[in-house]
Amino acid sequence: MIEVLYFAWLRERIGTNRERVATEAATVADLVAELEARSDGHALAFADKTSLRVALDQELANFAAPLAGVREVAFFPPMTGG
Amino acid sequence: MRLSVQEAAFDLGQEANRFSNDIKGAGAIVTFTGVVRDNGGQLTAMEIEHYPGMTEKAISEIMEEAVARWDLADALVIHRYGVLRAGEPIMMVATAAPHRGDAFAAAEFLMDYLKSRAPFWKKEISAAGADWVAAQESDEAALTRW
Repeated sequence: MIEVLYFAWLRERIGTNRERVATEAATVADLVAELEARSDGHALAFADKTSLRVALDQELANFAAPLAGVREVAFFPPMTGG
Repeated sequence: MRLSVQEAAFDLGQEANRFSNDIKGAGAIVTFTGVVRDNGGQLTAMEIEHYPGMTEKAISEIMEEAVARWDLADALVIHRYGVLRAGEPIMMVATAAPHRGDAFAAAEFLMDYLKSRAPFWKKEISAAGADWVAAQESDEAALTRW
C-alpha cells in the first residue's frame, strides 16, 4: 500500500487530499496511469503532466523514478512559495 | 539557524531585533520580507497551502546549503501558511555574516530556492473568484544562476 497525497488544484480536482492505494506500479509514471483511471477528477488532475511535480517520501523526484520501498507519494503543481 | 513554518502572523521588527541581538561578531545583517499584495485593491485574501513535513525538510536543506556556500554567522527563515490578508507579511529571510556580500548573496539564494523548491502553493481570493497563483518560468530560471 502506498499513501498518495494531493495538493493545491490537484487536491481540488480529485476531491481528496490523500488516499491509500494498493499498487504494483514500478515507477511514478506507472502509478499515474493507474490513478488516472480512478475517476474523471483524477483524469482531469493528471491531464497536463508537464505542470505536475512529484515527491517520493518528501523528496522531489521525477516521473521515471522507481517506487520500490516508497511509502508516500505526493503530487502537486509547481511550487509558489516565498 | 532558526526555521519557523507557522500560521500565526509575525512582527518584522521584533523578529529582526531578536535575530540581530543573538548575533555575535557579524558585521552585516540582511533581511527580506514578502508581503501579500493587494492587486490594486482586488484581493480579499490569500490562502497558502503547504506540505507539512516536507516543507520543514526542504527549507532546512536549503538553509544548510546556504551555510555551506557562504560565510554566515546565522540565518533565519519564517514562512506562514493559512489565510492571510493584503499587507500582512508572508515570510521573511534574515542572514548575518562578517561582510555584506555573503549576507546579500545568501539571502537571495534562500529566496530563489524558497520560491520554487519549498512546497507552498498560493491561492488568491478576490470578489471575482479564487485562483491558484501560477509559477513563473523566471522563478525556475533564477535557480540556474546559483
